[in-house]
Amino acid sequence: MNLWITGLLSWFLPRLVGIVLVTVVVILSVAYLTYAERKIIGYMQLRLGPNRVGKWGLLQPFADVFKLLLKEIVVPERSSVLLFVLAPVLAIVPALAAWAVIPFAPQVVLANLNAGLIYILALTSIGVYGVIMAGWASNSKYALLGAMRSAAQIISYEIAMGFALIGVVMAARTLNLETIVRNQAGGIGHWYLIPLLPLFVVYFMSGVAETNRAPFDVAEGESELVAGFHVEYSGTTFAVFFLAEYANMILISALAATLFLGGWASPLAGTGIPLLADSGLAWLALKIAVMLFLFLWLRATFPRYRYDQIMRLGWKVFIPVTLVWLGVESLMIVGQVGPWFQGGRP
Amino acid sequence: MTEIQSYTMNFGPQHPAAHGVLRLVLEMDGEVIRKVDPHIGLLHRATEKLAESKPFNQSIGYMDRLDYVSMMVNEHAYVLAIERLLGIEIPIRARYLRVLFDELTRITNHLLWIGSHALDIGAMSVFLYAFREREDIMDMYEAVSGARLHATYYRPGGVHADLPDRMPQHAPSRWRSKKEQRARNRNREGSLIDFIRDFTERLPGRVDEFEDLLTDNRIWKQRTVGIGVVGPERALQLGFSGPMLRGSGIAWDLRRTQPYEVYPDLEFDIPVGREGDCYDRYLVRIEEMRQSNRIVRQCLDWLVAHPGPVILDDYKIAPPPRSVMKHDMEALIHHFKLFTEGYTVPAGETYAAVEHPKGEFGIYLVSDGANKPYRLKIRAAGFAHLAALDEMARGHMIPDLVAIIGTQDIVFGEIDR
Repeated sequence: MNLWITGLLSWFLPRLVGIVLVTVVVILSVAYLTYAERKIIGYMQLRLGPNRVGKWGLLQPFADVFKLLLKEIVVPERSSVLLFVLAPVLAIVPALAAWAVIPFAPQVVLANLNAGLIYILALTSIGVYGVIMAGWASNSKYALLGAMRSAAQIISYEIAMGFALIGVVMAARTLNLETIVRNQAGGIGHWYLIPLLPLFVVYFMSGVAETNRAPFDVAEGESELVAGFHVEYSGTTFAVFFLAEYANMILISALAATLFLGGWASPLAGTGIPLLADSGLAWLALKIAVMLFLFLWLRATFPRYRYDQIMRLGWKVFIPVTLVWLGVESLMIVGQVGPWFQGGRP
Repeated sequence: MTEIQSYTMNFGPQHPAAHGVLRLVLEMDGEVIRKVDPHIGLLHRATEKLAESKPFNQSIGYMDRLDYVSMMVNEHAYVLAIERLLGIEIPIRARYLRVLFDELTRITNHLLWIGSHALDIGAMSVFLYAFREREDIMDMYEAVSGARLHATYYRPGGVHADLPDRMPQHAPSRWRSKKEQRARNRNREGSLIDFIRDFTERLPGRVDEFEDLLTDNRIWKQRTVGIGVVGPERALQLGFSGPMLRGSGIAWDLRRTQPYEVYPDLEFDIPVGREGDCYDRYLVRIEEMRQSNRIVRQCLDWLVAHPGPVILDDYKIAPPPRSVMKHDMEALIHHFKLFTEGYTVPAGETYAAVEHPKGEFGIYLVSDGANKPYRLKIRAAGFAHLAALDEMARGHMIPDLVAIIGTQDIVFGEIDR
């Protein structure tokens, strides 16, 4: 009996610690991603960004969090209270749960699923229900319009994203993220980025669209729908939506790094340079940071698409591009091109 | 099965794209707009009525507050109307100063317009870049009149004061190093004219920067080309003026068609659009900034070469200089009379219009021979444009409505008056 309990604990405890650790790190990253966003966009726009709370404004994210936590949660009249409160939860859970299958370093992953990629696709699709529920439950026309836009947008971009991921699966011949990274180890020349560049671009832009970030932020549409689906949210419930959006950004960046940029694998592997040639978490973090910078750069540069133009871009440009490139990739696989498709048929 | 009905939606007055206190009641069919019903009056301050109760000069400050992003041009129409009723000719240097500040004001107005228009369409950086340049023009306002926004600089008979010989500098601050301090004051070493000249040399490059971000940007074009199209005949019927009319291809500019002040002596081009959509109006306004910059340079060259009085030497209308008042009883009496009861204007009526950055801004002034206007009517350019919003936005989507509001360059100060 005792042995059984200790056995269970020894199985359960390390995983629990791992889950808590990953969650805390993701939430802290979100906090400092908001800080980085305000600083980076600030400098791009000739401003200073936050610089009053703590040294260089470093404590600003915490000030924001405490402010939001202390605010009243206003539930609109004649709204569906249960759905209204459930919606932010539904948005944040998949954004955090998807981290379970991301490989952080060689052999370091919470759950080494064989169908890791499918798991991620499934989870990120759930996130949109949070947005739709929020828009519906708010009993506000602005929120409803935002939710409808978001639903239409995510459904169409999920397809383009799925096709882009199929390209990776074809190249790696597995759905296991750990193996996908391993296949790309051995230097920058082994990254799938090179043969799959169009798919990478489509994947990343679909990711920007899925996370409702500029220039695809029609579901929020500051100047059109005020705040779109979360217009009625305040205090903690708003904070949770905010957290989910930024956690999703980091997740999309981590996935892009894992699938196309070799994840934790060092780009200088094989060159023999000490330290830099070693693979590890630092490389993954660096790649994520670069991708996140792209998110912020896009936001500072581009005007917002109109909702029907986004759909057109998704259906008429991205999906055909992915289809064509999947064909090209098939030819590359048959021809065993480069270091990427050397393995031939399994 | 019930038929799907259109629904109404309230847009503003508390809305990020409402440009102040615009309230629209929209009739929507999904995202598509079926009808736009603009509601005005939330910023009504009874400027026209207030002007009836005070001497002429005391209403100049109210004119600044009409279109509060192109302050001095509003004043211009008002003092022009008074001058026409008084039948006075103002010194030539004052005319150049007025044109100089009219054009600087046009640049500020268009800078604010491009910033808020781009922000409405989602390009947030342009807004802050535009405000950086606008800040310099605010400093020019401050240097010449003492106020950054509501200058009250034009007077019947000329302008309040000549350009200062020294540009005020940034004071030392504990937050900035000596080096930063010097860099900030680099273009403020000389006179205001030097500062403005430095600005005019910088501005074309800055306008290029805005164009880099927007003009050939595919998203920007998708959002503005073919949106809110108004044909030339229809634009005339709707009473459009300014860039809204020129965007539709009609080269109507009061500076050319009904010249006032020294515009006939100056060289500038009038840009016109072709399609009459938001993109053309954008291009027209961008080019207007460059043309205004040209005019400002010509004015500066003239002003440097031709010193002289800037206000009429008639103490019945313009106050005497303070130095004269110190030892001349007559002057002191004039000063007292002028600032208590003002001057009387011969009975009659007139309409004075200027080419405002937003269109034709006119003042219809009726005097019964007293020291206050009998009636003052303001013709605001934005009013006619807003009235056409329904026609322009019908059949478009909400994001297009936002683009159309932006392209109309609406400011509620002048529409509600």
